[in-house]
Amino acid sequence: MMTPGRFFRDVQLGVKNLLLHKLRSFLTMLGLVFGVGSVIAMLAVGEGASEVALEQIRKLGSRNIIVTAQKPAEEQGASNVRSFISIYGLLYQDEQRLQGTIPTVKRIVPVKIIQKEGRLKNRSLEMRVVGTNEHWFDLVQRPLIAGRVLTKLDIDEKSSVAVLTEHGARRLLASEGVIGETLRLGSNYYEVVGIVQSESATEGAMQTPDQMTDAYIPLTAAREHIGDYFTQNKSGSRVRELVELHQLIIEVDSEENVEATAGAIERMLATFHKKKDYSINVPLTLLRQAEATKRTFNIVLGAIAGISLLVGGIGIMNIMLASVTERTREIGIRRAIGAKQRQIIAQFLIETVVLSFTGGLFGIGLGLLIPWLIEKIVGMPTIVRMSSLVLSLGISVTVGIVFGIYPAMRAAALDPIEALRHE
Amino acid sequence: MTDRREQSGGADYAVRLENLQKIYKMGNNEVRALDGVSATFEKGSFWAIMGPSGSGKSTMLNLLGCLDRPTAGKYYLDGRDVSKLDDDDLSDIRLKYLGFIFQSFNLIPQLTVEENIALPLYYLGWSASERTSRAQELAALVGLEKRLRHRPTELSGGQQQRVAIARALSNDPVFLLADEPTGNLDSVNSLEIIELLTKLNREGKTIIMVTHEPHIAAHASKRLYMMDGKIQKVEG
Ligand SMILES: Nc1ncnc2c1ncn2[C@@H]1O[C@H](COP(=O)(O)OP(=O)(O)O)[C@@H](O)[C@H]1O
Ligand SMILES: [Mg+2]
Repeated sequence: MMTPGRFFRDVQLGVKNLLLHKLRSFLTMLGLVFGVGSVIAMLAVGEGASEVALEQIRKLGSRNIIVTAQKPAEEQGASNVRSFISIYGLLYQDEQRLQGTIPTVKRIVPVKIIQKEGRLKNRSLEMRVVGTNEHWFDLVQRPLIAGRVLTKLDIDEKSSVAVLTEHGARRLLASEGVIGETLRLGSNYYEVVGIVQSESATEGAMQTPDQMTDAYIPLTAAREHIGDYFTQNKSGSRVRELVELHQLIIEVDSEENVEATAGAIERMLATFHKKKDYSINVPLTLLRQAEATKRTFNIVLGAIAGISLLVGGIGIMNIMLASVTERTREIGIRRAIGAKQRQIIAQFLIETVVLSFTGGLFGIGLGLLIPWLIEKIVGMPTIVRMSSLVLSLGISVTVGIVFGIYPAMRAAALDPIEALRHE
Repeated sequence: MTDRREQSGGADYAVRLENLQKIYKMGNNEVRALDGVSATFEKGSFWAIMGPSGSGKSTMLNLLGCLDRPTAGKYYLDGRDVSKLDDDDLSDIRLKYLGFIFQSFNLIPQLTVEENIALPLYYLGWSASERTSRAQELAALVGLEKRLRHRPTELSGGQQQRVAIARALSNDPVFLLADEPTGNLDSVNSLEIIELLTKLNREGKTIIMVTHEPHIAAHASKRLYMMDGKIQKVEG
């Protein structure tokens, strides 16, 4: 029977034998060290990258569908004609139609976007004025820094109030005391009622609905103060545009329904828009893509890990076979004295497992060091998961057992008489 | 000497062989390495097995040492038939009842004198402190109490063989098996070793020794001559 005390003694014996050949033991472990180290490092890089992607997609909102106005291709060509008015984009009616007919649509946030110069006291800043409703702040959730966000009352009353981003507020006044100040946007005046945290991220082809220097005002106020006509200066020529809404952010009731709802929206818009003057983006699709990419990455990684561990394992087996030959006489002596075959197996197996376990530990050290260096030097985010460490150690021990069992059995199967005669 | 195991069987002999055969098959040929050997080795006796090369001495010793199984015949060790045991049980017999002394000492070079002496006790499951005190006791018995921390390679041949004898005694065996114990030693050391064995025998230890040197065999109380796998004669 293998008692704990006995097992401990066997491990001690194994360690002692390995320490007799420190360099050889170390070199034997090396394959495993690099195998485990690189697997942990690659996992950490993969986790880091996918965490960034997931975080960005989370900022887009996984239950959201974002429909964005897009100038049709033929009109972009025609835009060099002077004083040509291009009419495109989403309509106020689209919002009503979507709201009424697709049951899985929970909320819709209409968005009108106008580039205007914002002025606060004596500072000015080119801003993106976002005319929207109170639901914006539910669908594009950002921490509130100061004051309040827009309310239904603001929308209903067409209040001249604005919510700034932290970034915009800082560039305009450099403090939170901006609440209650008056912001001039073009020729209209708005009371600053709140500041939200600025977020801006691009994931794939998709930009978060918000940007760094937004000013949020009630859509009702924007329609009345600014209207639907815009004049843009584009490469010298002035382009007039008529756009009712630039964006519709649609919240679906649940994630399962997101893709079907996107399809329904697509069909509905196609019915009422003669030109394709919008694009539909589904963050959830990006999420799925990110997950699929991660899965592929993990399969490739698994293959690399498998190969490197195989190489490490073969290295260990090679050395252990040599060690068995070298120690044939010792095995004969132990057998003559009364060691059973399984005790010889245990002796050699424990040695390989100690070797591979130690290799695994060194590998973990390396696997922690490499991501740390990558973060320091390349600035790429990495995440080392506890599970990857535990897994690596488990695999190391398994490699030790799998590749150690054959040499150990060879040792145990030696005929004691022959072994004693061995020079 | 301390005795930590129950003394086995009440037989008055240490070993009894009945028509023991060991036949090696080489293709169509067969080599009768042992061809019907019957003998009784009484407790407390000191035997020398002699004979020309190829007469079957080593084969006999391997069988006596439970390192091999006979093709036919019976082998009783202290009253127990061990001729049909499997590898595990034979290992157990070696561990508990036998002590080996080899011509080339067969110490493990990586282990200290103390660890070499106590190696059987390790497999018997003794604790470290028990092993240490037993090893010290045995080292003193063979006059090596000052060398416990040394490696075998730091000792002379005679000293190494004394370590091997201490190791063979560690499990207080039913008998000691010695295969040309003085074969690798000069005459001074040879004498020392054979005198140590004689002393152990006087104190009650049963010894079976293979040798081809008559003056070494002369120390034994009985001499058994082998020829072509058979016992030719027994003296003493
Ligand atoms: N493993 C073996 N295979 C075949 N023949 C063997 C084997 N071992 C010993 N023999 C033969 O058995 C005979 C007795 O050998 P052995 O016992 O070694 O004699 P000794 O030790 O007296 O010189 C010899 O003829 C030898 O060749
Ligand atoms: Mg021989």
